[in-house]
Amino acid sequence: MVLVKRLVLDILKPHQPDALEFSHGLAEVGSNYHVSLTVLEVDEKTESVQVVIEADSIDFNAIQAAITNMSGSLHSIDVVEVHSTSETESC
Amino acid sequence: MYPLNQIRFLLRITRTHGIMRRYFVVNGFDGALTMLGLIMGFLFSEPSNLTVMINACLGAAIALGVSGVSSAYVSEQAERRRALSELEDAMVSDLSDSAHAEAARMVPVLIALVNGLAPLVISLLIIMPLWLSTTGIILFISPIYLAIAIAIVLIFMLGVFLGRISGVSWLRSGLQTLSIALLTILLIYLFEVA
Repeated sequence: MVLVKRLVLDILKPHQPDALEFSHGLAEVGSNYHVSLTVLEVDEKTESVQVVIEADSIDFNAIQAAITNMSGSLHSIDVVEVHSTSETESC
Repeated sequence: MYPLNQIRFLLRITRTHGIMRRYFVVNGFDGALTMLGLIMGFLFSEPSNLTVMINACLGAAIALGVSGVSSAYVSEQAERRRALSELEDAMVSDLSDSAHAEAARMVPVLIALVNGLAPLVISLLIIMPLWLSTTGIILFISPIYLAIAIAIVLIFMLGVFLGRISGVSWLRSGLQTLSIALLTILLIYLFEVA
């Protein structure tokens, strides 16, 4: 079984929800999610942010749904870190 | 039932807290002054039946409520749709499944309810003594004077609310709105006497 441990995402989002609320929204997707957000560029109505998510097992579909719900647009997945585990280890 | 946190979130992302507060005060003030004017008009006229007064005030209160709901809904819906469309252009993506789209649907409803309910509830509070009097409850002063007193207190409270929002002295702000109420009473008196 392969578990996603770390993702670095490039996201375009509106100013609202703000960086804090956006990070909260992503961290609430699962338990023990560690989210780090860096604002890269600010335009009149939008901002580009880099989001680093770390967890024991990241649910990417749920992350993508949370981004869409908060009116963000996922531009690219810049870094992925996955770990494979044996079936007995994952149970 | 819409969770309160979700409502707060939608208001925050659309930055419409201020608009809602403004509508509450503006239309609440309208409701209180309209009731005050109607009751003063009855006071300076030939003695009237309380039921006639209640029906006249209730009619005006309902009209203010319906007007508040419909006008705010139509204007806010147009504003929110425009804001969503501008955001979609900036994001170069369809936001129909997003919180902003949900806000574009829900925020006009919330603002319309505040805009309509503020004058309606304030008006009902003002005409309450008239209604209580018709049910046989004995009040310690004339129901008309009690209704006028409630109107004046509510107008003062709206001023206090404004003062607390703007961070200026609540007493000064309350006295400002109170002076408007007293000026209204004076103008009605002058017109009725003339």
